[in-house]
Amino acid sequence: MTARVLDRTLIYACAAVVAIWVLIPFYLIAISAFTPQSNVADYPKPLIPTAVSVGTLQLFMESSGIVPATLNSLVAAALTVVVGLALGAPAAYALARFRFRGREVFRAAVFVTRMFPIAILAIPLAVIFVRLGLYDSLISVALVHTAMALPFVILIVGAAFVAVPHDAEEAAETLGCSRWGAFLRVALPPAAPGLAAAAIFAFVISWNEVFAASILTVRTRTLPAQVLASLSTSPLALKLVAGFVMVLPAVVFIVLIRKYVRLAWGPR
Amino acid sequence: MRTRTGQLLPFTLLLPSIVFLAILILVPLIQAVVLSVVTEDGAFSLENFQRMLADTNVSDAWRNTFLLLVLIVPLQVALALAIALLINSRFRGHRWFFLIYTLPLAVSDLAAGLLWLAAFTERGYLNSLLQSADVITQPVLWLSFDSFGGLVAAIVIAESWRTTAMVLLILVAGLELIPRDFLETAELFGASRLRRTVHVVLPLLRPSLQSALIIRTIFAFQTFAVVLALAGRNLPVLAGEAYRWYATNQDEHIAAAYAVFILALSIAGVIVYLGLLPRHREPELQQ
Repeated sequence: MTARVLDRTLIYACAAVVAIWVLIPFYLIAISAFTPQSNVADYPKPLIPTAVSVGTLQLFMESSGIVPATLNSLVAAALTVVVGLALGAPAAYALARFRFRGREVFRAAVFVTRMFPIAILAIPLAVIFVRLGLYDSLISVALVHTAMALPFVILIVGAAFVAVPHDAEEAAETLGCSRWGAFLRVALPPAAPGLAAAAIFAFVISWNEVFAASILTVRTRTLPAQVLASLSTSPLALKLVAGFVMVLPAVVFIVLIRKYVRLAWGPR
Repeated sequence: MRTRTGQLLPFTLLLPSIVFLAILILVPLIQAVVLSVVTEDGAFSLENFQRMLADTNVSDAWRNTFLLLVLIVPLQVALALAIALLINSRFRGHRWFFLIYTLPLAVSDLAAGLLWLAAFTERGYLNSLLQSADVITQPVLWLSFDSFGGLVAAIVIAESWRTTAMVLLILVAGLELIPRDFLETAELFGASRLRRTVHVVLPLLRPSLQSALIIRTIFAFQTFAVVLALAGRNLPVLAGEAYRWYATNQDEHIAAAYAVFILALSIAGVIVYLGLLPRHREPELQQ
């Protein structure tokens, strides 16, 4: 009995140590972001803040280029979500519902393209976009982000459609629904949370992406591209606020779709 | 499944995705190779690679990228394996801990660098803590240009912190595929937890470990923004050099040569892993 209690104590101790290791940087960036301007240079800094202010956050939002860059990020992410779902949802449905020749090949291709090698492809893509007259546009950024997000959209939406029994769709058709009507009325509603989760995942991928966005834009920078470009010139306090502003929505979103996150990097 | 709808519908549904990915992956892949072997006037030449190799930063970039890879990838796979086994013991509340452990998945490489900058900067929280505990008397310059070890350690910590979550997801999903009765049988025959882990769990987890290693290695060759956030230009890496040649020096041919170099290293990495970790045999439970 005591051995069991000891065992359990050890498990929780380990779990707590790992949790602290994971949470510490989030805590540090949050207290950094809310440090008043007057306390930014304090040393040694207290681990529990003595004063809290949104002044530094305000200063960051007012610094040049941040508001337009944030809007650019939102537009690029929204485009990524729309194009990603438009392309990925039908593919996911096909994989979930049909057995056909080449299905396994396509599934394997989806798994492999999760490793989209952005550092290899961004430069030739930039050259191609220059030729097409799309360089320095949010469309080009969103297209690349869609390619990165598409395999994850297919996996998450696919899992949602697999969970909907396809007998139900067949029954609806037997009762006089068209193929399309059966899909819209029977298969789509229960899969809607999966579609929403895939949309959020695609949003986060685009919101976080920095290499392609930096290569593909000069004036139409997204938030990460803007932050990266001003790394060497901006004061430390503003860099830390930038980290906080970039991380906060992404973390909230990942918590929202926690049930689906495991699908993203699951095995075949 | 039914064939009534015909074989055409699934392909029609898949076609847009296939065409899209083909255009955005295959075309730039070919374009990268073409760009790297032609000069400004379009003639075939290996000059870009010669100029890349003659660049003062190339050997540092190659060494640093490789060093970060061999430090980060084994560390995070070991860490993720330990955490995955912990989660897989399914203790009460393990779901909440698992959620916390996956949070860094939401953090970009740039943001991870900035998060850890709060800890490692001169007047940051690490120095504050050490100073308050009287371990140091003045701030240590962890991220100074002449403290190579400090820069590497900071990047290894930040990047391991961020990407362990991804490996953890792969391994936890892999552990869930292992039938519970395999473990119960082993326990019934008196195998200790350690023996169960080594002889039953690890062999069955091999495919997941293999894909985790491959995915992380390919991403490690592209390490970029976390380095810029913590070390600026003081620690050149391959992807950073590709970015610099494209954005600052505006030479797309040399930037493409770097991209092709990263591509070649990634392919070599995959071949090494497939060779080192051949497909697993059926587990020998009766041992």
